[in-house]
Amino acid sequence: MHTSAHPALRKGTDSSPGHAASARPGRGTQRWLQSPAVVSLLLWSIVPLLMTVWFSLIRYNLLSPEDTGFVGLQNYQFMWSDPAFLPAVFNTLLLTVAVLVISVVGGVLLAVLYDQPFMGRGIARLLVIAPFFVMPTVSALIWKNMLLHPVYGLVAAATTALGLPPIDWLGEYPMLSIIIIVSWQWLPFAFLILLTAIQSLDQEQKEAAQIDGAGPIAMFFYIVLPHLKRAIGVVVMIETIFLLSIFAEIYTTTAGGPGTATTTLSYLIYQLGLQQFDVGMASTGGILAVILANIVSVFLVRMLANNLKGENER
Amino acid sequence: MASVTLRNISKRYGDSPEVMRDIQLDIADGEFVVFVGPSGCGKSTLLRMIAGLEDISGGDMYIGDERVNDIPPAKRGIAMVFQSYALYPHMSLYDNMAFGLKLAGKSKPEIDAAVQKAAKILHIDHLLDRKPKALSGGQRQRVAIGRAITREPKVFLFDEPLSNLDAALRVKMRLEFSRLHQDLKTTMIYVTHDQVEAMTLADKIVVLSAGRVEQVGSPQTLYHHPANRFVAGFIGSPKMNFIDGVVVSANAQHVTVQISHGGVQTVCVDGSTLQPGSKVTLGVRPEYLRRDDSQPTVHGRVSTVESLGDFSYLYAESDSASEPLICRMPDGEHAANGSLAGFSIPPHHCHLFREDGLALPRTQAITQAVAPAH
Repeated sequence: MHTSAHPALRKGTDSSPGHAASARPGRGTQRWLQSPAVVSLLLWSIVPLLMTVWFSLIRYNLLSPEDTGFVGLQNYQFMWSDPAFLPAVFNTLLLTVAVLVISVVGGVLLAVLYDQPFMGRGIARLLVIAPFFVMPTVSALIWKNMLLHPVYGLVAAATTALGLPPIDWLGEYPMLSIIIIVSWQWLPFAFLILLTAIQSLDQEQKEAAQIDGAGPIAMFFYIVLPHLKRAIGVVVMIETIFLLSIFAEIYTTTAGGPGTATTTLSYLIYQLGLQQFDVGMASTGGILAVILANIVSVFLVRMLANNLKGENER
Repeated sequence: MASVTLRNISKRYGDSPEVMRDIQLDIADGEFVVFVGPSGCGKSTLLRMIAGLEDISGGDMYIGDERVNDIPPAKRGIAMVFQSYALYPHMSLYDNMAFGLKLAGKSKPEIDAAVQKAAKILHIDHLLDRKPKALSGGQRQRVAIGRAITREPKVFLFDEPLSNLDAALRVKMRLEFSRLHQDLKTTMIYVTHDQVEAMTLADKIVVLSAGRVEQVGSPQTLYHHPANRFVAGFIGSPKMNFIDGVVVSANAQHVTVQISHGGVQTVCVDGSTLQPGSKVTLGVRPEYLRRDDSQPTVHGRVSTVESLGDFSYLYAESDSASEPLICRMPDGEHAANGSLAGFSIPPHHCHLFREDGLALPRTQAITQAVAPAH
């Protein structure tokens, strides 16, 4: 699909000089007219990036403003030796991967379930999607104070009702709690995309498989799952973008603690820049986060590219 | 290889009234049966009930000697080709065709033999590693048929398989269906709304309307001896002309009819059940309606002439009929729009329908004289 667009585009630009004099504006005019959009986009994205790169190479701490100067890669060395850094990278990846797995697997299963006709399906679907519309800070507070709280929380009430001691979730299993909260928010998104994808599955295809003797399990693995492949790719890509920069949920619940148990890269950058006022180090963290995001996206793009190539081969 | 028998089959959705009632049908082993009817007549529903995709609300259905009402589709020994082909888009053609056998737990060599055989029959053996997307409509159609063949079913079911193809390809594939039936000699049930497909393919046509079987018979029987006005109007293109009239006299050989706003017409049908004075409808196919200005029995005013090359159709508004009369005439003949035209009807080419729509038996059945009388 994507490749098929190229010849058309090329044809469009190739044939334009011939008509340029009569009908279409020339190339120079085209560029000139495009330039405001292109330039403002360039300023918008490149300037902050370059400034961050520059800040990461200088000594720039608001608490000691007299201490300035170019330090080269010292900030990076310092960051590498920071005991919070590697755990932060690990935590970021753990959070992203765990939430992805939960939301995609759960989303597929929920989509299959909610594709079946049952009473009140419309309302049930709405309820499943609802968490996605709750603000991250609000949902984090709900989970922290109303669900997971060891004294007032519903989960604690449930465990004590069963005769078990209440658990201080955010204190004892901080990362798991964050994963649960973030999954609760992003599962509906995956569900929404996958449900629409599942609904677009051709009914006659299912019937053909039924005549071919496919039971529910074979139907799921041979017909439904391959059909969802592309939608799953989209979910993974979009969620990754947002999950790598999760901040509000951590800020409102654990504040990165206990210790560095829930400090992700974005939270670490916040600590360095706005709690320790070390803009230089925060910028270093920012650049490292960009590098991490790029590494992840290379994998993603490759995965999606294979996916789309598979589509084209059909 | 099996017969299909339907006894008192009915269908209802939920608590609503029955949409199909008392369907009786006997399909012999190896027969090519076509279900035909206007859209919404229930032909696809009936096919899907035979396939097991649709529940049977009442009655008994047998494939061979086995009652299949409660047997799932996969175990009925049927294979179905869908209108949209319903190929699995992520599988190669080979896997598409092998899917059913794989699920049935057949061994690799068995599957391979079956797929290769089906691919040979349909001339798609060079395409087996492609995906459905890379194929043309006709090729996809072949794969869908191939998928059905590999299952070696007792009965093939086709649900409007040609309706997504262009006209030329449709004619070609129609011949292939015919050939396929001769080669495989398996029972085939074919649903279509296209009466040309029905006439050319079928050993037996089942005409359905509003959930009822109107008539079952060979294409010739349906064409020359329609049981009622619906079948007479549905089979044949362009439609049969229906002309209003009143019985003057009737006996077992002939009926004499006074055509409203027209002359007196003799019809060769058994009129022993008719009373003089009762209302009837005359039916005559466009190819037997004659231009006749010397002794016309029906009059009309020419509204359109459609030329089709070797012959043309003349449309004429007439007070004797509610719809324009259609007359087939040699291409050389001319008729000016708006001019008056007279028509006569050969008595032995005329059908007669009672007021309730039932046809009276024809006494001089001319099944051989298919050629127009010109």
